[in-house]
Amino acid sequence: MTSPVTTDPEAGNQESSALAAGLRGLRLPIIAVFLAAVVGGILLLISGDNPFSVYAAIVDESFLSGSGIGRTLEKATPLVLGGLAVAFAFKAGLFNIGGQGQLLLGAAFAAWIGYSIGLPTVIHIPFAMAVGGLVAALLGAIVGALKAYRGAHEVITTIMFNFVAGNLTDYLVSRDGPWNDPEGGAIARTPRLQDSAIIPTWGEIPMGFFFACFFAVLAWWLLNKTTFGFEIITTGANKHAAKYAGINVNRIIILTMAISAFLAGVGGAVQSQGVFGRFEASNNTGLGFDGITIALLARTNPIAVIPAAVLIGGLNASTTRLQQDFRIEPEVVSILQALILFFVAAPSVVRYIVRWKGLDDAEDIQLTGGWGS
Amino acid sequence: MAQLLEMRGLTKTFGPVVANDNVSLKLDAGEIVGLLGENGAGKSTLVKMLFGIYAPDSGEIFFDGQPANISDPGDAIAQGIGMVHQHFQLVPPLTVAENIMLGAETVAHSGVGAFLGRMNVAEAEAEVRALSEKYGLHVDPSAVVEDLPVGVQQRVEILKALNRGARLLILDEPTAVLTPKETDELLKVMRALADEGVGIIFITHKLREVLAVTDRVTVLRNGKYIGSAITADATQQSLAEMMVGRSVVLRVDKGEAEPGAPVLSVQNLRVKDDRGSDAVEGMSFEVREGEILGIAGVEGNGQREMVEAITGIRKVEGGNVVFGGDDFTNASPRSVSEWGVAHIPEDREKDGVVGNYSVADNMVLNTYFKAPFASRGIRVMSEVRKWALQLIEKFDVRPRTITSPVTSLSGGNKQKVIVARELSADNRLIVASQPTRGVDVGSIEFIHNQLVHQRDAGKGVLLVSAELDEILGLSDRIAVVYEGQVVETLAGESATRERIGLLMAGGSGDS
Ligand SMILES: Nc1ncnc2c1ncn2[C@@H]1O[C@H](COP(=O)(O)OP(=O)(O)OP(=O)(O)O)[C@@H](O)[C@H]1O
Ligand SMILES: [Mg+2]
Repeated sequence: MTSPVTTDPEAGNQESSALAAGLRGLRLPIIAVFLAAVVGGILLLISGDNPFSVYAAIVDESFLSGSGIGRTLEKATPLVLGGLAVAFAFKAGLFNIGGQGQLLLGAAFAAWIGYSIGLPTVIHIPFAMAVGGLVAALLGAIVGALKAYRGAHEVITTIMFNFVAGNLTDYLVSRDGPWNDPEGGAIARTPRLQDSAIIPTWGEIPMGFFFACFFAVLAWWLLNKTTFGFEIITTGANKHAAKYAGINVNRIIILTMAISAFLAGVGGAVQSQGVFGRFEASNNTGLGFDGITIALLARTNPIAVIPAAVLIGGLNASTTRLQQDFRIEPEVVSILQALILFFVAAPSVVRYIVRWKGLDDAEDIQLTGGWGS
Repeated sequence: MAQLLEMRGLTKTFGPVVANDNVSLKLDAGEIVGLLGENGAGKSTLVKMLFGIYAPDSGEIFFDGQPANISDPGDAIAQGIGMVHQHFQLVPPLTVAENIMLGAETVAHSGVGAFLGRMNVAEAEAEVRALSEKYGLHVDPSAVVEDLPVGVQQRVEILKALNRGARLLILDEPTAVLTPKETDELLKVMRALADEGVGIIFITHKLREVLAVTDRVTVLRNGKYIGSAITADATQQSLAEMMVGRSVVLRVDKGEAEPGAPVLSVQNLRVKDDRGSDAVEGMSFEVREGEILGIAGVEGNGQREMVEAITGIRKVEGGNVVFGGDDFTNASPRSVSEWGVAHIPEDREKDGVVGNYSVADNMVLNTYFKAPFASRGIRVMSEVRKWALQLIEKFDVRPRTITSPVTSLSGGNKQKVIVARELSADNRLIVASQPTRGVDVGSIEFIHNQLVHQRDAGKGVLLVSAELDEILGLSDRIAVVYEGQVVETLAGESATRERIGLLMAGGSGDS
């Protein structure tokens, strides 16, 4: 009886295929990116730049040259995993904003395995990644358990654990810490990883990106094809019905948080193993938070996370060129990103601007339940 | 009396589903019209168009002889149309007066209160009191809504509509959530309102109520207008036939029970409610193979908590739940259902379905992990679809599609999805809570026959219902509960409405 007010003629169209539904779901993100470009363009105009040449430079720099594509994909890799982490948790109705801390743990522990022991490459690479991911997963499991058994809201606990993880990793690589690089001088970092732990590139393209895509496909498969995925999505959609259906809701919450954190942790591991060759905290600033933007832009679809991350990665990869050619500060790119986030997170605003009838059924994503949920 | 409303040729489609097909309806001031029809016939859709929730594809609405331009509920309210939804739209922590005045507050006249738009409580309460006296709708204006029983909350909803000047009141299945006594009171209030000149559209599946209160009935079937009748000329039988299009057996036809060994035995059960106070205080009873045990009682006497404790959803504080010979006290819902307990839950929207899942996924909501629906943890969707198609056919779920989300189904069809799922699995005990709430007469007949059929197949049935007729018609034995305890268990054939009514109210039953 309280069904939402809808005058959408398509709402009852049951025969529409999954593909059509998927394409319909793309409209909102595309419009959001477009609106962000328009508003960003106005800001650029005000600050005295030609938005068209700026955007052309971004496309040229990040998506058209071989080295540019390599750099874009390198930037996109942790974003795919960070975005997956957030998207995956969303499916169970959980808002993981601790991606940053989980990513730092993954980056630091993978680096530790990478520099401290010697193994054959085929084992060393995945082993370091797995350790990074699993340490992060442990943190996620703690968050999940606090939620399941004590009712502690994951938004609060993940934020707090961001500080814990940040300070812990800072300590580990600090001058008094066990993993400090003695050659680093004042810089807090680990020693360089052994070559056997370094993820190679394939031409210009970092192989880590393919790992990330593999995880995206795996997450999609898990969610949509397995009974475990059904349990996760049921828990997210209606916790009471999940319990009624015999699903162990607490177990699902803990496992989902652990998997989500694992993905973020692997994102960190790839940073250490694929990009920097060591762990240094400042290399990973803000990546976990970009995951939220990406998950929303992808409307929590694991596959769609890939293009969303490539887009944001491309924006990030263009900052140097923008600074050189236009004297545009990197913050402009942050503003563009923030605008995209704004428009995807506020579909009603987009609907108001675009008055597009069919947009009504692009169902809103609920960011987080009430404190009791 | 003067004509108040005319809906002319209204059509509304949802994709391929024609929910209303050229439907017309007239209503005079002071008249009560019953709107009848099977589940999914289009009753709610029709009144939602009147209240501005849906926009009609075509057709016109005249209110007071003028073309009414209603594009949202705000317009409807402004023109004098009020609607009481089945799920109330009240703010639980606010008082009755605050709820009724919400959006139309009398603000304090001076000082900080006026600046902040603080409500003038005394004035608001006086207004509410005057209103409730005028219509004989008794409520305490200063009571907090969440502390009130459902029936009183509904009265508050009606007062809210009247306070905004409603001259036409839409009641969509208002009695589905009421106790028999509350229902009687509501019917009285409706009569009083009609005498004051308010026109009422009354949607219900309970023919007894239709006969008791309406002046006229209009029947829809498959979205089409089928006909109207003067209530005085109608009988339950004639109305049921008009709705369903065939003759309906209103009384359940069942033979003698042949009870066997106990399947469920509840011993001295203690359970707390959501607020932590005692809801079930030492309940004991037994359900045997091949019998239907009816639990009669006014809602809120521990039935919900008892059922949830038996099915593993709620914690048992004391006592035992035994299936067959095995103790299942505080067992998980999964192990309970694996033992062979089917559960039709009382609150279908909350527990029984996942609204944005397809009908197919809801049909396997608790069997999704078993063969043939899954193999080694991977779902086998072709089997799920096959099963779901069978069930919607057998249980007459409309529309006949398994891909649409359950939210888009009418209330009664949601219930059919649950009943289909629970009665089709291979089980030993069926726990059915309000199994026919909101379900049309034809489907009630079907569900009742199914329950009897399950009994005859040797299963135990625990039937919890607020409908005395349902309890009396189906049960082989009847346990009456009051304040969390079984006050008396009667044999089905010797039980009378009066005796049970008395026991339910806490009387001894002997007097
Ligand atoms: N928002 C919607 N989207 C798609 N289909 C809908 C929607 N609302 C209603 N329908 C469909 O329209 C038809 C009529 O539904 P409606 O809710 O009006 O039935 P009803 O007569 O009120 O039934 P009930 O007695 O079960 O409440 C049904 O087939 C239903 O599935
Ligand atoms: Mg209805």
